Amino acid sequence: MTATVNTISTQSAEARDAGDVVLDVADLSVAFPTEEGVVKAVSNLTYQARLGRTLAIVGESGSGKSVSSMAVLGLHNPKRTKITGSIKLDGIELVGAPASTFQKIRSTKAAMVFQDPQSSLHPFHKVGKQIAEAYQAHHKVSKQVALKRAVEMLDLVGIPNPQRRANSYPHEFSGGMRQRAMIALGLVNNPKLLIADEPTTALDVTVQAQILDLVNDLQKEFGSAVILITHDLAVVAETADDILVMYAGRGVEKGSAKEVLAQPSHPYTYGLLQSLPSHSEDLEELRAIKGTPPSLLNLPTGCSFHPRCDFKSQVDGDACWTQLPEWRPTPGLSNREIRCHLADPVATLKHDEEAR
Amino acid sequence: MLTYILRRLALALSVILATLVSAFLLFFAGPSDPAQAMCPETRCNPQRLQQITQSIGLDKPLSVQFLEYFKGLFVGRDFLYAGDTVHCGAPCLGFSFVTRRSVNDELFTRFPNTVVLALMAAVVFVTVGVTLGIIAAVRRGSATDRGLVGASQVLGSIPYYVLALLVALYPVILWNVLPQYSAISAGVGPYFLGMLAPALILGFVTSASYVRYTRNSMIETLSMDYIRTARSKGINERTVLFKHGFRAAMSPIATILGLDIAALLTGTLITEQIFGVDGIGRRGLAALKAFDLPVIMGTVLIGAVVVVVMNLVVDIAYSFIDPRVRLS
Repeated sequence: MTATVNTISTQSAEARDAGDVVLDVADLSVAFPTEEGVVKAVSNLTYQARLGRTLAIVGESGSGKSVSSMAVLGLHNPKRTKITGSIKLDGIELVGAPASTFQKIRSTKAAMVFQDPQSSLHPFHKVGKQIAEAYQAHHKVSKQVALKRAVEMLDLVGIPNPQRRANSYPHEFSGGMRQRAMIALGLVNNPKLLIADEPTTALDVTVQAQILDLVNDLQKEFGSAVILITHDLAVVAETADDILVMYAGRGVEKGSAKEVLAQPSHPYTYGLLQSLPSHSEDLEELRAIKGTPPSLLNLPTGCSFHPRCDFKSQVDGDACWTQLPEWRPTPGLSNREIRCHLADPVATLKHDEEAR
Repeated sequence: MLTYILRRLALALSVILATLVSAFLLFFAGPSDPAQAMCPETRCNPQRLQQITQSIGLDKPLSVQFLEYFKGLFVGRDFLYAGDTVHCGAPCLGFSFVTRRSVNDELFTRFPNTVVLALMAAVVFVTVGVTLGIIAAVRRGSATDRGLVGASQVLGSIPYYVLALLVALYPVILWNVLPQYSAISAGVGPYFLGMLAPALILGFVTSASYVRYTRNSMIETLSMDYIRTARSKGINERTVLFKHGFRAAMSPIATILGLDIAALLTGTLITEQIFGVDGIGRRGLAALKAFDLPVIMGTVLIGAVVVVVMNLVVDIAYSFIDPRVRLS
């Protein structure tokens, strides 16, 4: 299998230095005007994805993690979406870019693996043809060459008997194989950025680890950046280098994945980790974050998390519900940023954990 | 595939048989007396009535009549007609009570007219309906979309016979823009030109519902995850819409289309009547008025065969459109 990888991945002549920023999202806001009002799905989001690294974007449903990454590929209906800020993919500004720009960067610079491989592959087209189509869209090659490439990709993602399987329809694949095929489709044009949107959510637990390992292995071979969108912190712990925690369309904490999981410094991240089974050792009850995520039509004033925050009383004055906290380095931690008004969040959260 | 088709054919035969039996029973259960209808009013007496009843075989028990009819279908039967014995070969649909002509002749010479009319109309409503439906779906929410949907609803809410009568009256009869129907014996050109008016109005009115079916199906398809995947490949929007969207959106339309064509083939009754097209719908209607059982049975039989066959065609076509459907 490794031999195949080498022949494929060297196709891009550009040097890929690990650590180079391939996606630079700055102050990105995505809003959907509806009859009931403007749904602010993403507000002032800023993050970077770097070559050779996996960035996990974590948050509850509706926190804007999928919406923000779909904006990278321009998959929102431009007529019904208002996007402001900046998305620079490999130096190309994508906010306000014409459809032709998106058509060029899709699959070649950034590709996406979607949540449900069952519905994401076209039920009427053969798997090989679907992958070959993406290759042919960006390379002037014959159908046979494109199909051969598709078979190589299927082999690369570990589908046995790829020549024959390329001729199968998606419904003839198992769930895990379909997601492998989606990954093959994502990587067929050797993109610098692979966005995996909850790639394991729809899969059997036994297959999830295989798919994550596959993504990790391929990332090493291809040297691309990976954005892993998930709500599963166990997945993050296993695969991600960096993490961005989102809440109600905003980033609330970012840093190294291992460090954030070991020592969260934002009350929301802390709450997420507390709600995991491993943290409630008595197993009596999982500690959920009280309340529900806010309506994106009508976000709370100040810090969006304040209605659910256990620690807002420890902030002087009314900052939590009047001022939107800006990004700032967490006091006492290096390589960590949060959006929180707490004076010393690390100490506050540690104190809380000990008190339980 | 072959066993599937054979099984379906067996099933089809039983459906047709059941239809035949019910039509036969319904006819006899109803308050109809063909002999009375055929008996000339001024010179009708009980003797004469008896004679007519005997001559068309209605004096025999119901079971015998049905068995004779059934036998005729498969092996043919002999009729006593004005003293002579006339053989009617299988599949014999009998002789008309009224015209005394063979039902096979009566119907099979007219069926092609219905087929031509139905297929010409189908070409109109499929092209117009599907094209406009796709335009409406792609420009969803725009003025074009609202205009098309509104127009199709207006068209759909006017009774069809009103529109057909208006077309028959103005462009055909008063203005002479479109030629009137003429039989194929008068020439192939005039025949098809004469079919134009009925086919256009029938097709145009039917297209109203196809605009809505197609629009809804296309909108639903375009919201599918696989369309998003197709877009994310970097292929152009046209390819996304047609290669990925269109075919998937058309699969439910194919089912409706098959059944609609079947319905038209069983007799485009109003259209044939208004435009004077000599099809089986019009003949069937005349037979119904005259209690002409053999002709009614013939139209019912043709209708049943058409519906059953079209259902089979739709199912087989479906398995070619959608690879997930396996015939078994």
